[in-house]
Amino acid sequence: MTTKFVPVSGEQSREGLSARADHVRERANWMRRRLLGMIVSAGQGHPGGDLSATDIIASLYFDILRFDPAEPAAPGRDRFVMSKGHCTGALYTALAGAGYFPESELDTYLKPESLLNGHPNRTYLPGVETNTGPLGHGLPVAVGIAVAAQIDKADYRVFALTGDGELQEGSMWEAAMFAGHRGLGQLTVIVDRNGLQQGARTEDTNSLEPLADKWRAFGWDVVGVDGHDHAALLETFDAACAPRSKPLCIIAATRKGKGVSFMEDQAGWHHGVPNAEQYAQALAELEAEMAA
Amino acid sequence: MSAAAAPKGLFDCRDAYVRTVEELAVADERIVAVVNDSVGSSKLGAFRSRFPERLVNVGIAEQNMVGVGAGLANGGKIPFVSGASCFLSARALEQIKADCAYSHANVKLCGISSGVAYGELGATHHSIEDVAWLRAIDKLTVIVPADPWETAEAIRAAAAHDGPVYVRISRMPVPELAREKAEFRIGKAEELRGGTDLAIIANGTLVHRALAAAEALAAEGVSARVVNMATVSPIDGEAIAAAAATGAIVTAEEGLAHGGLGGAIAEYCATHAPVRMRMLGFPGFLPTGSAAWLMDRFGLNAEGIAQAARELLAAKAR
Repeated sequence: MTTKFVPVSGEQSREGLSARADHVRERANWMRRRLLGMIVSAGQGHPGGDLSATDIIASLYFDILRFDPAEPAAPGRDRFVMSKGHCTGALYTALAGAGYFPESELDTYLKPESLLNGHPNRTYLPGVETNTGPLGHGLPVAVGIAVAAQIDKADYRVFALTGDGELQEGSMWEAAMFAGHRGLGQLTVIVDRNGLQQGARTEDTNSLEPLADKWRAFGWDVVGVDGHDHAALLETFDAACAPRSKPLCIIAATRKGKGVSFMEDQAGWHHGVPNAEQYAQALAELEAEMAA
Repeated sequence: MSAAAAPKGLFDCRDAYVRTVEELAVADERIVAVVNDSVGSSKLGAFRSRFPERLVNVGIAEQNMVGVGAGLANGGKIPFVSGASCFLSARALEQIKADCAYSHANVKLCGISSGVAYGELGATHHSIEDVAWLRAIDKLTVIVPADPWETAEAIRAAAAHDGPVYVRISRMPVPELAREKAEFRIGKAEELRGGTDLAIIANGTLVHRALAAAEALAAEGVSARVVNMATVSPIDGEAIAAAAATGAIVTAEEGLAHGGLGGAIAEYCATHAPVRMRMLGFPGFLPTGSAAWLMDRFGLNAEGIAQAARELLAAKAR
């Protein structure tokens, strides 16, 4: 079972947190509208996983991570590794929103010669740390970055976002075992626990529970969070940035397709493209959400 | 496998490998070693004693090992990732492709005990497919050095190269090749002996055997050129074209007869310089036997190369 994480600093005023959460909420809503537009324009994409990960990625890029888009390879930058590499809609909109490249680039998504490939490519696109797509690759790379930080006694942080279905790959547990062994306090993994993989529920396919116990058994601290509650995400990430002696796994309870009623918790929207009517409805729902 | 010293006059290239990595590590603190429980078989014990913080042992987990290597490169390190070449190349093939080559990660992959070094252990432990698999991956440099000098040079060149490199390191005892004005450059073949009747192109443990074959052929009045093609990818087309101008090429490698060095040369010749060829290597899954026995059994020795050359010359004369 997951436990509530207690922020280490404890000095964050509620007003300050609320303002930060409002900013992230606005950015996440923009990302949702923008990525759906990209998918409609491209005629393909992975909206379900994009939307479940949007609030997590927005919290990181618009509040938590330290980076300079003008110097994407700065040695001291915080790293974000997108292990679930198919969810490019969420990643690309965040990178554009954070200033790594002009927002207009998003309009080229998946078109011939676009820098915005169906899976992230660091040689095309600034801000991407490693090329992912095949599942089970991002976490080992994030572990290697954290080992480099550990050797150098550097203070940058490494965040990796993994899908929950992705944890069926053995390489994830090779990496988890080693991160626990090395006591990689620089490393935070966020599991986008929406409960669905491409074809069905994770628990009906190759069950993951008791998931928190598995990470703990590999030497990790584990906390749970509502993956769509911006204030809770920010509090959890704030605490994750405090000095630690163990790697941290944040199991974020999410809903696939979050924010669009007809996509929510539907395996069928793992990939899929809304038709014109559905797209209009999705935008209306997202605009109403911001107005609320 | 025992770690017995190589016979007198012969060298274990792993020694040159670890000596060079240590030298580089003294001068450049970015150099780190990553292993999969293979400190002993990679001969990295002294490196670990000298640079304990810079030896990362991930345990028996090759996919993670290569991913960690890519991550270390992202963190500004120059990782030398060492493991038995059979497992490094096969179990982590997708990590080599996606995390290293496709991501342009500055990772140096060192396949230890390559070819049939683990002869008696069976085909699971033979690494005869690695060159064929890895040379198919775009933007991955593949080097198969022939002796201790070339191993050390290849490691230095790999460290200086910006991008992923696979260096195949033998543990079979080999002699130091005699060279005049030796220079190692990635992608550049080395002509070890001039010749006009045919060319023998080899790499790794076959190079000194190719030289011995050329000696035997010379005694019969045959002038055989010997080319050491250490870099399989990118391949040296100029050297291949010059070899093809002799009218016949024999290739020899401690790997599959198809897909590796011979395959790379055949592809080049088919497109640019059609020529009679014989490709010497292993046919596929092999029986149990020592490395030396397997090399002889499948004709990967001086006599086998010389015989292939004679047959090819006979065909050329017809």
